[in-house]
Amino acid sequence: MKPVRVLEGRAVPLERSDVDTDQIIPSDWLKRVERTGFGRGLFSEWRDDPSFVLNDQSYVGASILIAGPRFGTGSSREHAVWALMDYGFVAVIAPSFGDIFRNNSSKQGLVIVQLPQVDVEGLIQLIKDDATRLVVIDVDQLRVEVPEAGWQRSFELDPMTRERLLHGWDDIGLTMRREAAITKYETTSHAPTLVGVFDSDGHAR
Amino acid sequence: MGRTLFEKIWDEHIVASPEGEPTLLYIDLHLVHEVTSPQAFDGLRLNGRTVRRPDRTLATADHNVPTDPISTPVNDPVSRRQLEALEENCHEFGITVFPRGHENQGIVHIIGPELGVTQPGMTIVCGDSHTSTHGAFGSLAFGIGTSEVEHVLATQTLPQQQAKTMSVTVEGKAPAAVSAKDIVLAIVGTLGTGGGAGYVIEYRGEAITDLSMEGRMTVCNMSIEAGARAGLVAVDETTVDYLRGRPGVPQDEEFEALANHWRTYVSDDDAVFDAELVIDASKLVPSITWGTNPAQVVALSGMVPSPDEFDDPDQKNATERSLAYMGLTPGTPVRDIEVDVVFIGSCTNSRIEDLRAAAAVVEGQRVASSVRALIVPGSHRVKKQAESEGLDKIFLDAGFEWREPGCSMCLGMNPDQLKVGQRSASTTNRNFEGRQGRGGRTHLVSPAVAAATAIKGHFAAPSEVGP
Repeated sequence: MKPVRVLEGRAVPLERSDVDTDQIIPSDWLKRVERTGFGRGLFSEWRDDPSFVLNDQSYVGASILIAGPRFGTGSSREHAVWALMDYGFVAVIAPSFGDIFRNNSSKQGLVIVQLPQVDVEGLIQLIKDDATRLVVIDVDQLRVEVPEAGWQRSFELDPMTRERLLHGWDDIGLTMRREAAITKYETTSHAPTLVGVFDSDGHAR
Repeated sequence: MGRTLFEKIWDEHIVASPEGEPTLLYIDLHLVHEVTSPQAFDGLRLNGRTVRRPDRTLATADHNVPTDPISTPVNDPVSRRQLEALEENCHEFGITVFPRGHENQGIVHIIGPELGVTQPGMTIVCGDSHTSTHGAFGSLAFGIGTSEVEHVLATQTLPQQQAKTMSVTVEGKAPAAVSAKDIVLAIVGTLGTGGGAGYVIEYRGEAITDLSMEGRMTVCNMSIEAGARAGLVAVDETTVDYLRGRPGVPQDEEFEALANHWRTYVSDDDAVFDAELVIDASKLVPSITWGTNPAQVVALSGMVPSPDEFDDPDQKNATERSLAYMGLTPGTPVRDIEVDVVFIGSCTNSRIEDLRAAAAVVEGQRVASSVRALIVPGSHRVKKQAESEGLDKIFLDAGFEWREPGCSMCLGMNPDQLKVGQRSASTTNRNFEGRQGRGGRTHLVSPAVAAATAIKGHFAAPSEVGP
């Protein structure tokens, strides 16, 4: 993935709680075997509604999504992250996130900023007051700010996720450095395998 | 201090715990299906990587298969391509795969246990959030995304932060009319959709240990609906008896020796959990979801709630939105709500015991003329077993459709979908907006309640069905 240090862009507020991954990308889109092109499916069940916030002209081009609590709960589909990024989002700010969604985001370089609900609400108000305000997310300093409004908050990332974002490290490559440890573990593990359970056609022996 | 079951399994699977980095955890079994794997296999090819342990990897088609007779081709070209890709990828990388129509094919969380490849003490992952189902066997099982699928294919490990532990104790005996589904709906309703986030839940107490393995799987299955990536139940004789004789386990003395080892997968008496929840089983009742998240639960005998019942503005707002989407009026008795579709299936409730429970209600009855009712068995093995018991005949005689196995209407990827505005009674796990088809309205219920609802045409208890 590409290294991420400082993100700057306009934001769009999605004032809903429990936005699950079925809403982010409906299952009809999951039939595809590609990793790209999911942006068109983002929130597709809501986008027909002219009053849906992504259809509001004042937020066109926003690259930071601000959402309500428990964003990205439900299905493990990484397609949700692909859809958000393909649409043009580089970060999501919310009071809380689904665990699997948070993990998936970290693998793709979608920055997850968790802030207390009161701060998210404050930020949403700043953006609703003036949608042209720029939001700056500094992954190195773990800081999010709206410079024009003098608004600034710190956020937390687990240290490894921060490092991986800053360097654009590939997770598998990092793990492969532990090849010797994995091999050693495998020589001592007694956990059963599938050897001898099925024949070459998958029938139980 | 003693250790919890989760901590024991965790400790046994540590490959490396480098300073300042997540623990590298070994994965004993990786289950794969067609939807979350094609991009992972592509990633391997792109980077010249291979599958480290095909002998710890097992694949099946489930999410995207039609439930029409197997002799019918897959009409949707995009779906067909994805099903073909699974087979091609598995053949290329030497992975055992059960394609559509194979005798072992079925929903990934049904087939792992029934084939006996899900075993106590294991770490199990799958690119599906309901992987927590396998925790019923005293294993640590959780859902992962496609990048992590690729990671496990390549390295048989995952970097993981250790979760916190939560015990959910369902104390005492549950009333006879209360099923495993009602128990887990009560738990999710209590914890909320985020209450379990960051935790691995251990389900304990008499009402849990009284459950069959099928029931325990139903409970563990919906852990993610409370935000917990994994849920588990300690090993006991019910676990051992279920696994004895399954294809994936050894036989005779070798099995008994293994079973003795499995019996160690319990939390120590003096183990301490980071959080605890106690639920009084005697107060549980048959339940149903009324809204658009699985924590929006009400008693079958209750009424649709009002936004005024909530002080928190967020919850008030969410309730209003849910009611509008569901087309419901506060104060309406649940039993007065009519349904268009009844779906009995999914990794939550499509095992043989679920079908038996539904058949017991349906026998000799007729599905209401206004209702379309489908049964989608969890696997070909479940289907075959049900047919050998004559359950298919009971369902067909009553006017149910008896379909081929798959995830089907649980997530609406295949042609089994709700139409705009249609209302379902569904034995599945998620009532999200549009989950079962665009504009569809889902109510989650147990198999027995689903069956009674099919007969009556409105939400109903099994006791209401009969001459």
